[in-house]
Amino acid sequence: MSSAKPKHTFSTRLWHWINAWAIIVLFMSGLNISNAHKYLYWGDYGFDPADAWLAVIKFPGWATIPQHYNLAVARDWHVIAAWPFGVGLLFIWIAMLVNGHFVRDLVTGLRDWTPSAVIASLKAHSGDQVDHSYNPVQRILYGGVFGVLLPLMVLTGLSISPGFEPAAPWLVDLLGGRQSARSLHFIAAWAIFGFFVVHIILALANWRLIAEMFTGGRRDSEVAPAPEPEPLPPVEGAPEHA
Amino acid sequence: MPEIGPKIGRRSLLAGIAALGAGACTKISESDAGQNLIETAESWHRTAHRTLASRQALAPEYSASERSPTFKGNGSVSVDDGFYQQQLASGFPDWKLEVRGLVERPLTLTMADIRALPQRVQTTRHDCVEGWSAIGEWTGPQLGALLDTAKIKKDANFILFRCADTLYGRVYYESIDMVDAYHPQTIIAHALNGEPIPEKNGAPLRMRIERQLGYKQAKYLTAIEAVASLEGIGDGNGGFWEDVAGYQWYAGM
Repeated sequence: MSSAKPKHTFSTRLWHWINAWAIIVLFMSGLNISNAHKYLYWGDYGFDPADAWLAVIKFPGWATIPQHYNLAVARDWHVIAAWPFGVGLLFIWIAMLVNGHFVRDLVTGLRDWTPSAVIASLKAHSGDQVDHSYNPVQRILYGGVFGVLLPLMVLTGLSISPGFEPAAPWLVDLLGGRQSARSLHFIAAWAIFGFFVVHIILALANWRLIAEMFTGGRRDSEVAPAPEPEPLPPVEGAPEHA
Repeated sequence: MPEIGPKIGRRSLLAGIAALGAGACTKISESDAGQNLIETAESWHRTAHRTLASRQALAPEYSASERSPTFKGNGSVSVDDGFYQQQLASGFPDWKLEVRGLVERPLTLTMADIRALPQRVQTTRHDCVEGWSAIGEWTGPQLGALLDTAKIKKDANFILFRCADTLYGRVYYESIDMVDAYHPQTIIAHALNGEPIPEKNGAPLRMRIERQLGYKQAKYLTAIEAVASLEGIGDGNGGFWEDVAGYQWYAGM
């Protein structure tokens, strides 16, 4: 067998931490920007709170960049962090296609979407399959983040920029108009925040996972490919299955 | 469980790092290096926008039925000046627009002169930096044609818009570069939805620069000035909001 490959390639680790910084800055400066006009609309136009589909709360200073309302400075941070976020997403997609991360971990088949596959993944909990590839729930969630949410953030962000719009007016139409794009930008941001929270809780539950995102970790199974016929480890204290 | 202690430690450590980062943002953005970074990121957006679309590519135009029922007024919605109010009440018979600065033929135009020029009619979307949008039909001559008539000089790099309104004790002004000055949709509008522009939207004349945000669309226009540099004008940042609050001079995103 070949020597142990890292569990996370260098490109994954580099992107992960740059992107983590970018997402935190974008989210917190985005909450400040949201405070400038706390209403969301569908369609091309919208300025009257009476037409809003959602009146957003005012986000408190501790949650925003900067820590008080300042649209200009918040936009500066948003405009800066948009670059590593957008270019980084392009980079990681190319890297994942080239190094096989995409095919190995993110591609789902019909079987991954069945309730039994989802239940089995949740029972296995830690998620590490024998070959360290992702279980169906991880494939669906990570695939949804990489394939839908992150690209949607870039595309909706571009769409609400009047300077960019002439490059791809069809994109704004596709998203249902500028105010729809703005609403989707907000929704996708919160969906990413939801992922972020679960992601951090699960990572903190196993400190080793965080360390591996720095060091790369090792792909143990490739060093010693185990036959491992045992399907699931018995749950501690639970009665044996009949 | 023995891990609870260290887990809480890690969590508060992470929270601390996050808070430190957020607080540090203010310091970073106020430093010289921070300012350079901000300006670089801003100019990259401008370059990307103008590379991905042609420099003359048009902002979307809408049909009459797609207009918003009303058009929000924001920023200055009134001009506290005797001459202005008297002109507003009488249809601006004596209002003058000057075209001056680095031009060979300075012009002084009345409202009748402006209406007599070749007109462009465009139903476009106005996007405020705050996030909202309104759609309206604007009518007026193209800025580029006016600059050609005034024979703009080669050393002019920016077009400055002088305004009649005052906000926070400062006179409003704005500026754009020559790419946007000669964009076909950059017009000096005198009508909104077929009627003279209402006071809250910038009567009698306001700029339309359709590939940028609302604060670039200077209202209550009194003069158009060709300049080589923005230094020494206002605080030197190219516009009222740029000076007062640090808004981006390029407002295409």
